[in-house]
Amino acid sequence: MRQLPADEASHQPPRDGVAPAHSYLDHGTTVWSWLTTKDHKRIGVMFLGSVLLMFFMGGVFALLLRLELLQPQPSFFDGLTYNRLFTLHGVTMVWLFLIPSIPTTFGNFCLPLMLGAKDLAFPRLNLASLYLYWFGALVTLFGMFQGGTDTGWTFYTPYSTTSSVEVLPVLVGIFILGFSTILTGVNFIVSTHLTRAKGLTWRRIPLFVWTIYGTSIIQVLATPVLAITLALVGLDAGFGIGLFDPQRGGDPVLYQHLFWFYSHPAVYIMILPGMGVVSELVCAFARKNISSYAAIVISTLGIAFVGFFTWGHHMFVAGQSVFDAGAFGVLSMLVAIFTAVKILTWTTTLYRGSIAITAPFVYVAGFIFLLFFGGMSGVALATTSIDIHWHDTYFVVAHFHFIMVGASLMAFFGALHYWFPKMFGRRYPEGLGIGAAVLIVFGFIATFLPQFLLGNAGMPRRYFTYPEQYQPLHVTSTAGASLLGFGFLIIALYLAWSLRWGKVSGANPWGSRGYEWLTPSPPPLHNFHEVPTFERDVHDYTVPEAGHGA
Amino acid sequence: MSPLATEAAGNDLLRRALFLPEQASTLAPQIDFLHYLIIVTTLSVGLTIAAAFLFMVVKYRRRSESDTTPRFTTPLWLEATYFGLPVTLFLAWFVIGFCDYVAFAEPPRDALDVYVTAKQWMWKFAYPDGPASINELRVPAGKPVRLLITSRDVIHSFFVPEFRLKHDAVPGRYTQLWFEAPRPGEHPVLCAEYCGLEHSKMRARVIVMEANAFQDWITAEKAKLVADNGLRDAQPPPGAAQQASLREQGGAVAARKGCLKCHSVDGTAHIGPTWRDLYLRRERLEGGGEVIADEAYLTESMMDPAARVVAGFRPVMPSYRGLLTPGETAALIEYIRALRSRDVTPTPSEGPVYAPASGR
Repeated sequence: MRQLPADEASHQPPRDGVAPAHSYLDHGTTVWSWLTTKDHKRIGVMFLGSVLLMFFMGGVFALLLRLELLQPQPSFFDGLTYNRLFTLHGVTMVWLFLIPSIPTTFGNFCLPLMLGAKDLAFPRLNLASLYLYWFGALVTLFGMFQGGTDTGWTFYTPYSTTSSVEVLPVLVGIFILGFSTILTGVNFIVSTHLTRAKGLTWRRIPLFVWTIYGTSIIQVLATPVLAITLALVGLDAGFGIGLFDPQRGGDPVLYQHLFWFYSHPAVYIMILPGMGVVSELVCAFARKNISSYAAIVISTLGIAFVGFFTWGHHMFVAGQSVFDAGAFGVLSMLVAIFTAVKILTWTTTLYRGSIAITAPFVYVAGFIFLLFFGGMSGVALATTSIDIHWHDTYFVVAHFHFIMVGASLMAFFGALHYWFPKMFGRRYPEGLGIGAAVLIVFGFIATFLPQFLLGNAGMPRRYFTYPEQYQPLHVTSTAGASLLGFGFLIIALYLAWSLRWGKVSGANPWGSRGYEWLTPSPPPLHNFHEVPTFERDVHDYTVPEAGHGA
Repeated sequence: MSPLATEAAGNDLLRRALFLPEQASTLAPQIDFLHYLIIVTTLSVGLTIAAAFLFMVVKYRRRSESDTTPRFTTPLWLEATYFGLPVTLFLAWFVIGFCDYVAFAEPPRDALDVYVTAKQWMWKFAYPDGPASINELRVPAGKPVRLLITSRDVIHSFFVPEFRLKHDAVPGRYTQLWFEAPRPGEHPVLCAEYCGLEHSKMRARVIVMEANAFQDWITAEKAKLVADNGLRDAQPPPGAAQQASLREQGGAVAARKGCLKCHSVDGTAHIGPTWRDLYLRRERLEGGGEVIADEAYLTESMMDPAARVVAGFRPVMPSYRGLLTPGETAALIEYIRALRSRDVTPTPSEGPVYAPASGR
């Protein structure tokens, strides 16, 4: 059994089945104490519960869609229900799960620990962000079910402004969610600047912090544009100002520019934190310093910056000028180069390391593999000419699912397994974890590889019925999706079990030298019994263990 | 096997492996070539990285829980490679792709024009000198065809997988797309932009005919139109205009909407510029600058007449936004195009313009 840090060991040594004493989990156990907490760790845990619930809902919608697509003709639903389902799936996954997923949960939980701080800079604002998220989520979901929005998560005009369904409540919901995102972003930026412990200079902060910082900048800069756009659509739909309606002299393509000015950077909001997670996990499980800290930091900031200038690649066939198409094509490739640098840097980090195969590491391998193919398909789309064929087909669906599910979700689950002992002080069954991770990776490939081929064959997106020649690939994809669903079910079961009956982990079960492991797991209320000195670089494994963690 | 046959066999093998449909336009092989190039390179690089990854996972597997590892940082030459290799690859692909994209954006000057109007949930195809058809586009083989596409309600997208072609049909704008189908055949048309309840059923087909057969067909259709018109009175009933050729409809619209009160068709000066030889004329503008009177400018002048006024004329024309249907706009343009004394060849329009979308 591992040695506990001196101050912890002075209390009674924890037995299996007994939670470690005096952690943030023990200070008040009532629901009220959780709802009124200003502790970033508790807020992170509540966010985790919330986004997992949303992920479950979005996943159920996805499985229903896949079931319907087993047959070319209508089978379970009618067309309207199908259209509402894919809208529900998109809105839930994008705004209620993916955008808040890693920053509000693991970002919230780990950022102050990694910075040697007691909490975020604005603890009350952090709680407000959680309440705004809940409120926004309720309004959005209520709007979806009440109004029956069937526009897709992109709300393209003039369909969204002229169709008979009610889109206003959903727009209001997403508008509110945007404020939650902005508040969280501001909080992280300020905390990174002002709450770093002594000795923790910009050149030494963990790479996960860098990505959360980069993501926060995008959130703060891009989300207001979304709010403006949604407000304008609301005015168009509700009061007929006609900004996007050609019948009133408006321009529907203007909407696409505004929407993607937010929503393309939003893709980086979804993937950058995942890249940060992988930077941490690669180092921890290879027991190795990152092979180029500068390359990872520069590419993180590069993605955050250049990501703002690529939105036009969504409009190659919408009547954009040839010059615009060329400019946006080249800029999109630049983003991909930063991603390529990251992939190669992570791979190089394994060189001369000491690699342990664990569930988080399987997710890392899956992440890198899927991000590579997701990224390369993005490059292929950015060549402009092939996009003429692929645009709005299943190829695009497969491309962004490789990034958003393949990569982001792998990172999310990698993070969940890696930081599970940090958050709850218990371990999950490792063998089961590895098995489920492998199942998820292969289930994912089985689901989305056929969708690339469907796109090649010319199957358009958002089709309720389809020509018969596409059926075999749809059946394969649905089979893969059920594997995925099964994998997630296993994870849900063993993680729920581990919360109560998992083996007590000790402070640092992975022997990781990430800064967040310098404190007991689960951490005490104010994170540290005494503020650590951070004398070594993060993930420095050159010297044998000292009093460091284990 | 000859090199040509080998190439054809290789093309066919890759095409089938990637589930691509047949190549039924002259552009399709170009698009597929880049597709093959990217997929082969990506797979090779991907497998190399995966192999390196797995090799290191095995070679550097953890021996003990307290292993120490040496500090290693990527040397500069390797960093440069990590940056330079993808830059080179991506830019090479982009140059190939963008050259194709530019070529697709510029229709040949001798292209046959067809007006395409999308609405929930059908496609309408109208020929300048022939009939209109629903969900069936007939074109001659071996001749470039230019489609002038618009929508009456929401955004749709005209997609022919076997041509590797697609373009959005945007209400209020005419956009264009061109193709040349080398062989006769039939190809499905799908709507690729989500447009509501029956989006997935908004399908049509392109029928590529032998050039002679197409000529016979269009002649026969024209004859039918003439016969129909002969049966009618001087004052045709409102619905009947649908059956006249687009050009004739244009003349009728011009008379009905009062265009001819200000615009002459014989070259004489009037309140507005004459329509005789107007199409593709280079016009000087009030307040400086020049414009070529192409489809884009003509449509803009109907919808937003004050935006760019031809020098020497006063900005007195009212906007026809909301007063002309997309069909009527197309007919007017076709009518103006017909009013040219010598053959002027069409050039690509300068870009999207506003046009009305009335009724749905």
